[in-house]
Amino acid sequence: MSAVGMTDALRRLEVMLLIRAYEEKLVEFQRGGAPGTCTSVGQEACAVGVVGALESRDRILTNHRSAGHLIARGADPGRLMAEVLGRVDGYCGGRSGSLHISAKELGVVLTSTIVGGELSMAPGVALAQKMGQGEPGGITAVFFGDGAACEGIFHEALNLAVQWQLPLLFVCENNDWQAFVHRRETMPDNAIADWAAGHGLPVVTVDGNDVEAVHAAAREAVAAIRADGRPHFLELVTYRLRGHFEPDDQAYVDADELARWQARDPLQGIADRLLAQGTLDAAGLAQLRDRVAARIEAAAHFAQASAWPDPRTLTHHVYVEQGARP
Amino acid sequence: MSRMTTEQAIHQALAEEMQRDERVLLVGEGVATKRGDLVRNFGTARVRNTPLAEAIIAGTAVGAAASGLRPVIDLLFAPFLTYAMDALVNSAGKLRYLSGGQFEFPLVAMSMTGSGWCVGAQHNHNLEAMFAHAPGLKVVMPSTVADFKGLLKAAIRDDNPVLFFTDLALLHQEGEVPDVADHLVPLGQAAVRRVGADVTLVSYAKTVGVCLQAAEQLQAQGIAAEVIDLRTLKPLDEATVLRSLRKTGRLVAVTEASGLCGMAAELAALAVTRAFDALRAPVVRLTGPDAPGASSWVLEQAALPTAEAVVEAVQGMLGDAVVVREALATT
Ligand SMILES: Cc1ncc(C[n+]2csc(CCOP(=O)(O)OP(=O)(O)O)c2C)c(N)n1
Ligand SMILES: [Mg+2]
Repeated sequence: MSAVGMTDALRRLEVMLLIRAYEEKLVEFQRGGAPGTCTSVGQEACAVGVVGALESRDRILTNHRSAGHLIARGADPGRLMAEVLGRVDGYCGGRSGSLHISAKELGVVLTSTIVGGELSMAPGVALAQKMGQGEPGGITAVFFGDGAACEGIFHEALNLAVQWQLPLLFVCENNDWQAFVHRRETMPDNAIADWAAGHGLPVVTVDGNDVEAVHAAAREAVAAIRADGRPHFLELVTYRLRGHFEPDDQAYVDADELARWQARDPLQGIADRLLAQGTLDAAGLAQLRDRVAARIEAAAHFAQASAWPDPRTLTHHVYVEQGARP
Repeated sequence: MSRMTTEQAIHQALAEEMQRDERVLLVGEGVATKRGDLVRNFGTARVRNTPLAEAIIAGTAVGAAASGLRPVIDLLFAPFLTYAMDALVNSAGKLRYLSGGQFEFPLVAMSMTGSGWCVGAQHNHNLEAMFAHAPGLKVVMPSTVADFKGLLKAAIRDDNPVLFFTDLALLHQEGEVPDVADHLVPLGQAAVRRVGADVTLVSYAKTVGVCLQAAEQLQAQGIAAEVIDLRTLKPLDEATVLRSLRKTGRLVAVTEASGLCGMAAELAALAVTRAFDALRAPVVRLTGPDAPGASSWVLEQAALPTAEAVVEAVQGMLGDAVVVREALATT
C-alpha cells in the first residue's frame, strides 16, 4: 500500500494515528519533567473529520485542546513539540507553550485558552471574510467544548452570527467533561443542540467518534455555509479518554463510563471498519503505525534539539513597532 | 505549631469558617470535586460545583452576599477573573456606595497566579493591582503558610468583598501554623519579616522570599536590610512602611507584577509624598516587565525579579555608604 494508492479514508486514519502518537509523546515528555498538556485522546475523529472538510482559504479558531486541529491542518509535529517545550522553533517561538498555539500560516488563528475566548473572536474573523478580507469564499470554523457552551459568550456569539449572517461553522466537541466537573452537573442532557437551535441556526448532532460520520456532516455544513453565507452548528458527541491536563489520575471519573468509551475508541473504530471492508489489512495497518511512529520520533528529536529563546527577546512582540511596516 | 502546606492551610481555613458560620458557602468550577470532605461535612447545598461560567459565579456571589449569605468563590486562575470583573468591580465594589450604604457584600473571590509553571499569560498574570485600583474591594496576597490560613479566615469574616490571590509557586511550600483555635491575621497589617537599619525591601507573595534571600546576601556584606511583607495590598499598611523608611531612608519595592501603575509605584509614591525628608536615595522599583507571561521556562524566569537584582540595587543605593563603612572597618 503506497501513499499514492491511499484512499481518503486511509489518510484520515493515518492523521488520527499521528495525533494519538504525538500526544502520547507529550505525555512521555511531561513524565520527564516537561510542562503538562490538555490532550485530545479519544477526540481525534472530531478534528480529522471537520478539518478535512475545510479548504486552505478557511480559517480555524481553537482552544486549549488543539493538537488534533493543528495536526489535521498539516502542522509539523516537530514545531508543535518545540512549542510545547518552550523552544525557539515552535510555532510561537516558545511564548505560547501548549495552550495557545496559533499558526497563521496554516490558517489556525487566535487560539485562546480562556474558555470561550475562541467563541468571542470567531464572529469577527468570519465578518472580515464576509467583508472581503482573505481569499474569496472562505469560511471560519470555531472549535470549543461543552464547557464553553456554559459561558454567556456562547450565546452572544451565536446570536450575533445569526443576526449578521456570518459564514461561521460552530463545532462543539461535547466530551462530557469540563475539567473536573461532569457535564451532567452543569446542564440538561440535550442542552447544547437545543440552545443552538433556539438561536435559529441549523444544528446537526453527530457521533464524534465516527470519523466518516463527522466528515460527512462537516462537508455538508461547510457546503451550506458557502452557499447561503449563514452560520451552522455541529455538535460532536465524544469523550475525553485521558485527564483534563497531564498529569491527571482521573480518580474523579466513573470507571464504567470511561470503560464504555474506551471500547468506542475512534481509532479502533475506523481501523476495524477499514479492515472489515478490505481497504486495509493487518500489514497495512502496521505499516501506517510504523510510519507515524517514525515521524513522531523525528519530531521529538527536532524539538529537543531546538534552542531556548534568547532571554533578551523577552519583550519582543508585545507591541507592533509603528512604522516598521511599509 | 503544626506543619502543613499552603494548600492544606487554605483547606483548613475553609473548613473552620464553614463550621463556624453556616452562612459561608463555597462555589466554583470543581470545588466539590476537589474538596470531597467539605461536601461530606457541610452538604451539597453549601459546597457547589458550577457550570463553567465565571460571570454568573461572581454575580451570584454578589447577589447572595447582599442577601445574607457569605460566599467564597474559587475562580481558579487569576486571568479568568476578567470574566467575573463586571460583578466584582461594578457590582460588589460600587453598589454599597451607590445605594447610600444600604448593602454589604461579604464575599471572597479566590484565584491563583504566578510564574513557574510554563502555562503562559492566560493562566499566569499578576493582576492584583487592577483590583486594588477598584474602589470598594480589598485585596490580599499572602506569602507564608500561616498567613494563608489566618488571612483567608479573616477575609471570610470581613463584611467587604475581598480578592484573595494565591501565588501558585507557594501552594506546596511547607510552614508552621499556630495551633490556636482561631488563627486570624487581620487584613491591613503588614509583617516585618526581618529587621534592619540600612534599607527597606517591601514586597508581597512569592517575591518576599526573593527579598529575604537578598537580605541574607547583603548581611554577608555588612548591610542590614529590613524586609516588609505587605500581606494585604488594600487596605495598605502605610504606617509600617513609613516607620521603616524613617529608619532606613532607602526603599526597594519588589513585585512580580509589571511596574506601571502597580503596587511598587504606589509604594514609591507613599515614600516621596509622606517620607521625602527621610529619603537618602532615590526609590528603586524591581518589577516584572510590561509583557504578558511567556510559557517558555527561560523567558518566564527572565521576567522575574531576582535576589541578585535586589542586591545589586541596594549596592547601587548604598554605594558611598558601603565604601565609608569598609574604610572605617579597616582603620
Ligand atoms: C474562562 C476560563 N475558565 C476556566 C478555565 C479553566 N479550564 C480550562 S479548560 C476547562 C474545561 C473546559 O471544558 P470544555 O469547554 O468542555 O472543553 P474540554 O476541556 O472538555 O475540551 C476549564 C474549566 C479557563 N481556561 N478559562
Ligand atoms: Mg468538555
